[in-house]
Amino acid sequence: MTLLDAARGPVLQLALAIFAFGVAWRLSSLLLLPFARDKSLPRTGAPPAAFAALREILRRSWPQKSFGRASLFMTVNSYVFHLGLALIVFAFAPHILFIKSLFGVSWGNLPNNVIYAVAVVTVASLAAALIRRISNPVQRIISTFDDYVAWFVTLLPVLTGLAAASHLIARYETLLAIHILSVALFLAWLPFGKLMHAFLVFVTRGMTGAYLSRRGAQL
Amino acid sequence: MSSDVDINAAAGKFLKLAEGHLAAYAEACVKCGQCADACHFYVASGDPRYTPAYKLFPMAKAVRRQKWPLAWLGLAPRLTRDDLAQWEELLFDSCTLCGRCTIVCPMGIDIAGIVSASRQAFVAAGLGPKDLLQAADNARDKGSPLGVTPSVLAERIDWIKDEHEVEIPLDKAKAGILLTLSSVELMKYPDSVAAMAKLLNHAGVDWTLSSKGYEATNFGYLAGEMDIAKVMVERITAAAEAVGAATVVIPECGHAYGALRWSGANLLGRPLPYEVLHITEMLARLKRAGRLKLRPTEASITYHDPCQISRRGGATAEARFLLDGFATDFREMSPTGNYNWCCGGGGGVQAIGRAAELRYQAFKIKMDQVEKTGAKTMISACSNCRLTMDESKEHWKWQGGLGSLVELIADHLAEPEAKPAQAR
Repeated sequence: MTLLDAARGPVLQLALAIFAFGVAWRLSSLLLLPFARDKSLPRTGAPPAAFAALREILRRSWPQKSFGRASLFMTVNSYVFHLGLALIVFAFAPHILFIKSLFGVSWGNLPNNVIYAVAVVTVASLAAALIRRISNPVQRIISTFDDYVAWFVTLLPVLTGLAAASHLIARYETLLAIHILSVALFLAWLPFGKLMHAFLVFVTRGMTGAYLSRRGAQL
Repeated sequence: MSSDVDINAAAGKFLKLAEGHLAAYAEACVKCGQCADACHFYVASGDPRYTPAYKLFPMAKAVRRQKWPLAWLGLAPRLTRDDLAQWEELLFDSCTLCGRCTIVCPMGIDIAGIVSASRQAFVAAGLGPKDLLQAADNARDKGSPLGVTPSVLAERIDWIKDEHEVEIPLDKAKAGILLTLSSVELMKYPDSVAAMAKLLNHAGVDWTLSSKGYEATNFGYLAGEMDIAKVMVERITAAAEAVGAATVVIPECGHAYGALRWSGANLLGRPLPYEVLHITEMLARLKRAGRLKLRPTEASITYHDPCQISRRGGATAEARFLLDGFATDFREMSPTGNYNWCCGGGGGVQAIGRAAELRYQAFKIKMDQVEKTGAKTMISACSNCRLTMDESKEHWKWQGGLGSLVELIADHLAEPEAKPAQAR
């Protein structure tokens, strides 16, 4: 078995299994907790909790009024790398083919050169995020080891993907195998660190939306 | 730090509270730091330790230790005495529970809720600022954080009645509305008590005070002593039930409103058998019903939103409704309403002596806001905000005027006050 065979075979399968089990574990360990029912009388005209939760999930996805310069940088930069990652994963032709091989569904792709450009911008954006994290006193004090691990395992697939696509340094098969291994690392780590926010974001936004809308607070 | 700090009690309490509904909040922070810009203590001081996300750490650590799937690898350290020593100031002195950070958080984490819960864990461990805890103990043992016992209440009310020539019913057998008071008003801002009485009498409201339950503030709630918080709610509830009140009115006090209106039923363990209105909600209701006849004021004023009434209370519009058509030179601050900056002394911080310098620093934001409006006076609907702002004004020798919304309205009644209505 070659490195590439191992990477896209058992290693990726194992990573996917850890990802699925880990996410299910963490979500169920939160959502199955007995939720204390709020006995306060809702404000007249307060929307149903489910509606308020959904509204808050959507509303906070939109750029908010900036609270300051640090917020402005974080808002813009976070949009850049999140959208960049989404485009790379879901609009790059080889990725779409790979997803089709797994799930049988596919969609149109963006031209490869556009994706390469997006990847370069994404790497720059992630680099800026790291520089900010290290240099800004607020971000530095609140950052833990996990924040740097999350950054590293997110950057790695983009970098190795760029290397594989540009056939630099080593054989394509080797680069592709390394790329897939980096994706496996990302997937396997996701449930255990802050990358889990990809799922928790729906829980926390929804909870706060329901909680404050009950009071009639306009967020 | 004293050796009798019960670290296990803190860890256990953190976990119990997290399992209530806070675990997701404790685990979801992406450390973006945007909340810092929303916090008056960080903005005023520039000290990164005041970043709201940093205040999540003790709870997040306790939860991670117990819940993290990889904790068995030894990668999730225990909560330590040093952690608690370091975070006591951050959770008590430098958070007013104003919830501005909750609004800016892209993850929607209710950081104020976590801080409030974290205080419970600190108290369980035997920690917490002594003066804040003493205020809570006073409330339990004497009836009020400032030691206003039922007999002191009766004396003060008699004095206010004489001084202001206003009828103030105390312990009427039956009344539709039970008015509660903040002891800050009773002892420091008695004009506010007289103003409420004048307004309720003017509108012909059937109301009373009760020596069974008169204290609106809830320092148990602020100090993280939920047994005391419950006692305070029970007293008001017993008083309301005794007089048959369908409505309990909270005076100009932000946290008192939040504690009873939004947490009262949860503390009591059953729905409250009465509706809870802040005095601004009550007056707005009277105005809508045409029962408030006012002469307009031309004074240039701006309005400070108490966080627990506006941003976290949902009653932002009521004060504006009262000012609409009444204050002809009303000027909004920027930001205002739900985005308003805190006075710096909410969430019990006003009662913490060692936090005074921090409060003064935070008030600089407020002074700047007011000056930009050009208004001569900033009024509010919270006596705790007012006390904080009065002290900070004195500290900075600030020339801006401060006042109370209720007093301003009471000073502009178009007709002489009526006698309080009799119970029907």
